[in-house]
Amino acid sequence: MKSSVSTREMRRLYRTMVTIRKFETLAGELFAAGKIPGFIHLSIGQEASSVGVCSVLRPDDYIATTHRGHGHVIAKGGDLKKMIAELIGRKTGYCKGKGGSMHIADFSLGILGANGVVGGGFPIIIGAGLSIKLRHTDQVAVCFFGDGASNRGTFHEAMNMASIWKLPILFVCENNCYASTTPTSYACSVTNIAARAAGYNIPGVTVDGNDILAVREAAGQAVDRARRGEGPTLLENKTYRRRGHFEGDPQKYRTRAEVAEWEKNDPLLRFASVLKKKKLLTGEMEKEIQKQVDGELKDAVAFAEQSEWPNPEEALEDMFINP
Amino acid sequence: MPERMISCAVAICEALTEEMARDEAIFIIGEDLVAHGGIFGQFKGLPERFPGRVIDSPISESCIVGAGLGAALTGMRPLVDMHFADFVTCAMDEIVNQTAKIRYMFGGQVKVPLVIWAPDGAGLSAAAHHSQSLESWFIHAPGLKVVVPSEPADVKGLLKAAIRDDDPVIFFQHKKLFAREGPVPEGEHIVPLGKAAVKRPGGSVTILTYGSGFYMSMEAANELAGMGIEAEVIDLRTLKPLDFETIADSIKKTNRAVVVHEACLSGGFGAEVSARINSELFDYLDAPVLRVAAKDVPIPFSPRLENFVLPKVEDVIKAVRQVTYR
Repeated sequence: MKSSVSTREMRRLYRTMVTIRKFETLAGELFAAGKIPGFIHLSIGQEASSVGVCSVLRPDDYIATTHRGHGHVIAKGGDLKKMIAELIGRKTGYCKGKGGSMHIADFSLGILGANGVVGGGFPIIIGAGLSIKLRHTDQVAVCFFGDGASNRGTFHEAMNMASIWKLPILFVCENNCYASTTPTSYACSVTNIAARAAGYNIPGVTVDGNDILAVREAAGQAVDRARRGEGPTLLENKTYRRRGHFEGDPQKYRTRAEVAEWEKNDPLLRFASVLKKKKLLTGEMEKEIQKQVDGELKDAVAFAEQSEWPNPEEALEDMFINP
Repeated sequence: MPERMISCAVAICEALTEEMARDEAIFIIGEDLVAHGGIFGQFKGLPERFPGRVIDSPISESCIVGAGLGAALTGMRPLVDMHFADFVTCAMDEIVNQTAKIRYMFGGQVKVPLVIWAPDGAGLSAAAHHSQSLESWFIHAPGLKVVVPSEPADVKGLLKAAIRDDDPVIFFQHKKLFAREGPVPEGEHIVPLGKAAVKRPGGSVTILTYGSGFYMSMEAANELAGMGIEAEVIDLRTLKPLDFETIADSIKKTNRAVVVHEACLSGGFGAEVSARINSELFDYLDAPVLRVAAKDVPIPFSPRLENFVLPKVEDVIKAVRQVTYR
């Protein structure tokens, strides 16, 4: 039986998806304008996964995310100002300019960090799950990862450990069809990554990752199960990475037609159309949401750009608590 | 009252028993811990005394270290048992890329009270995969504290300090020294991290050492005394942060230094200490800093081969005689 979602919650989901889409679009523009140093990985087209999963989490639940992690941070309640400031290397950023796009964390929101290493989140989420168990709380820990990470040894170690200890973990594979430049169809021994759950004796569920309500429903069931102490679930959200692996990626490994095909399957457009059919969203409301989010992002950019750069010597701070 | 003598193995257990009784956030995770009390029996009695807080893990080194890290980030104070120090290679990403960097790369948002306990060292014919001394790798990974105790009292005092520290500590303990006994204070005994100890005073030469090198150096120092050479033996105990003040005070007096360690020569900790002495104390030196270390080969199996590769008391004596021109 499908769980019901309130009107208010429906609109909140939509608004968060819009925020992520606009944030990522803006990040791409800032990068193209030379305002973001280094490189960035955008999650445009994958908003249903991050928002759907995080919408069933509590503030005290944990998430571990990836190099493509902006959306997860926003969906878990991350501060747009601190995010933009971090992306452009300012002192007021989440990590005081020491982390950048690939290393954003907010421990006050249970965000245990993005990770520059593919598959780097699995061992950490095992520790969070074990800690929950040892502390006897009913928190849940979620590990976001991509199809590529499911080929790392850490994935297999973690699935096994989470299973034998019945840890309250939700493994969320965002299968976006490419690991960097390598197609999933080439690099994975299975068509559905969720099938790998069978090897670890845990439930594996594959859903349409561009359908936010489907993602939310599946994630909600898995999270409830974890909270009841019944152990981990592997959820695979089938989606598509619309941008290159990194901004500036020439994308020689795929055709424009393929990308265009997936653009028609846009999770935002799909959800908007559902909401409109249910008369939960009007064109006017849509415009209002866009306007509000644009305003928030404009404020965030202004905050970030007006923020001080870190002093060079600050590079030597934050090493040890007791040096 | 004569001081109580206990072994390094008993000292580990005593430190952990006291700390785990004091703080419920402490737990131990690793392979072969519960039924066997640790692969060397080093945690004997702890699984029964603290049920559920000594956790047997599958052979999954990445996730064992990650379990410690993730738990440390979420309110616990884990001690991870590496089984053999050699297996750090299977968890290098978790140690070097994650544990060492997390506090820094997230701008100091979080503390990482994690101890990685790694039994290391050769001399047991355990061959190339069970005998290494790998401490210098972690000196080169900013963000970790590196401890290598020798005597049982330091094992206890440093382990307690490491567990109470809010930063990640990698704690190397020599397997061959588990049975080695020494006087150890009962109850609260803390050896602060980052403090070296002058364990034998002398004015002729400074021997800088740690771990198994300490016993080798003491034996050499006793023989050298018969030749009229009084070596000051400094047990560094913590390699990072390094107590350079104690080193400098000694070298300003002796004007000579020999670094002794069991790890192989090239890129070893001796190279780091020697470079630092040369750059900061050059005017005080009457001889080049010499290093006594294992030969640059993997640790071989056959006792005759292994013995040939490892540094020996004679090597320390030879190096000291060279720097003292005697």
